[in-house]
Amino acid sequence: MTYQVNEKGYYGDFGGAYIPEMLYPNVEELRTTYLDIMNEPSFKEEFDQLLKDYVGRPSPLYYAKRLSEKHNTKVYLKREDLNHTGAHKVNNTIGQILVAKKLGKNRIIAETGAGQHGVATATVCALMGIQCIVYMGEIDIKRQAPNVARMKMLGAEVRPAKSGSKTLKDATNEAIRDWINNPVDTHYIIGSAIGPHPYPDMVTRFQSIISEEIKWQLKEKEGRENPDYVVACIGGGSNAAGTYYHFLDEPSVGIIAVEAAGKGVHSGESAATSQLGKEGIIHGCKTLLMQTADGQITEPYSISAGLDYPGVGPLHSHLYKTGRGEFYSVTDDDAMTAGLELSQLEGIIPAIESSHALAIFNDKKFNPNDIVVISLSGRGDKDLNTYIDYFKL
Amino acid sequence: MNRINQKLAEDKKLLSIYFTAGYPSLNDTVKVIQDLENSGVDMIEIGLPFSDPLADGPTIQESSTAALKNGMTTNILFDQLKDIRQSVSIPLIIMGYFNPMMQYGVEAFCAKCQEIGIDGLIIPDLPVAEYHEQYQETFEKYGLINVFLITPQTSDDRIKFIDSVSNGFIYMVSSASTTGAKNTFGNAQQLYFERIESLNLKNPQIVGFGISNNETFTQATKTAKGAIIGSAFIKHIKNNGVDRIGDFIKGIR
Repeated sequence: MTYQVNEKGYYGDFGGAYIPEMLYPNVEELRTTYLDIMNEPSFKEEFDQLLKDYVGRPSPLYYAKRLSEKHNTKVYLKREDLNHTGAHKVNNTIGQILVAKKLGKNRIIAETGAGQHGVATATVCALMGIQCIVYMGEIDIKRQAPNVARMKMLGAEVRPAKSGSKTLKDATNEAIRDWINNPVDTHYIIGSAIGPHPYPDMVTRFQSIISEEIKWQLKEKEGRENPDYVVACIGGGSNAAGTYYHFLDEPSVGIIAVEAAGKGVHSGESAATSQLGKEGIIHGCKTLLMQTADGQITEPYSISAGLDYPGVGPLHSHLYKTGRGEFYSVTDDDAMTAGLELSQLEGIIPAIESSHALAIFNDKKFNPNDIVVISLSGRGDKDLNTYIDYFKL
Repeated sequence: MNRINQKLAEDKKLLSIYFTAGYPSLNDTVKVIQDLENSGVDMIEIGLPFSDPLADGPTIQESSTAALKNGMTTNILFDQLKDIRQSVSIPLIIMGYFNPMMQYGVEAFCAKCQEIGIDGLIIPDLPVAEYHEQYQETFEKYGLINVFLITPQTSDDRIKFIDSVSNGFIYMVSSASTTGAKNTFGNAQQLYFERIESLNLKNPQIVGFGISNNETFTQATKTAKGAIIGSAFIKHIKNNGVDRIGDFIKGIR
């Protein structure tokens, strides 16, 4: 069993590039060049340098003592929340902006839901002096005003997606349409491990710095590279893909994915794609997605804006179908409670996305000697209003 | 012989019209098809609406959203079309995105098309390689012609491959754009039309995207076999309802 993408762009049954012909030249250019570009010494050097000096990597692997005591196991937190811009998203945008430069592109487009990927994209565009246009659902623009302001302050143009349900999936559609209309000078920075091949693999590779660091950091702290479990939340699944990557072929490492159950998996307001989804095509790849019996893509729900995507990346569909990954879904309530718990046990306010991963202890019992690494994918500053409203703070 | 091939063999420039099934009202589908044929249209693309039509511009997006809101589904469309061959004889093509077809079941979908008398399919997000490897046999088993798109950015080699896999016509996207984006053709389009003509492909080409009036129709069909109008027609029925379809067609040629 392999968990790497094959030469046709598939992870098992999932992936591929189901794109209109208008996008073929752009995607093909990327497909035929991305690995060579990423392997160029000058690329690696610049990427590593920026991750170190600009993003602030390596991000700490922190032994959470009080959380460990509470749940009677050994918990390490991978602190992606301490990255510049507050989440793991920037690992990928740094990588892709450098790819775009190598390809001679002078215009960047991106989609964003909660605004984290939009901010991370606007940030690297400012850094490189490249024009940046971010598509964001009209409804999300209203919900996420501080991130809209950040993107504008960074010099990006935020364009409202007014079609369909006016949220993340529609912002993605609009970004794809922009790319169709601007095929030569533009690079599309997709923010998650989704989209047509080679995007899922490219994004996963840029995020794989997370598991690369976990390996040597754990070796320093515990004398071994492999934990017993790695745990991450999944919307599209970029932080999860990065957290799992170097452990995929290590059968002793349990892979745990936590999806957003929203108000309950069967409440009609959920984003638990592995439970509710069926194989289909979304945004250029074959994967599990939430849809009607008729094949219309449905609108997911989660209290966390970063998890309410109706699909998961093709790697994760493959992990689910093969049983390599254990999938759980966590409700809004359980995630919020876990976020509060981490705040008060460890003095770390997590993003609500990450709080879903932290709620794993409700569903899964670990042994006292297990080493459990949880990806703390982002910080909670952006979610303060949601926490305030929820807990009546 | 498939009706599409018969039509392509006629010694004339072809006018093809795209519309979204179930728009403006759910049960307008059959009337629109009949009126188009009666107005002298040569071929019709029946749009199966999709929630996320990423190759389409605002007009077709809006009509798709409205059609879904009207309750259009794959089953309802097939039901509306079940007797269509009693009144309509021109080629009929279903154009839609791949996911709804996958969920219906690709083979079941093709079988149903054959049963009703659909002649071909256009599926913008089903790439030629995937079609060739996984689905071509099934499509051909049910006598369906699958139509592929090419654009000004498509390389000559790829166009030749698409030509080799095709057995009807090639859908020539006029410019790098989503549907409905342009109103006139410039020099770049003319050069592209001439480049394609010089490739001497076995399949005739029909130009789509950006055809909206007599001027663009005439320009596009100078080298190509025909042209497809979508967004401009949908705008017409949006503004005038479905009772004046003939007026629109008269203005084109």
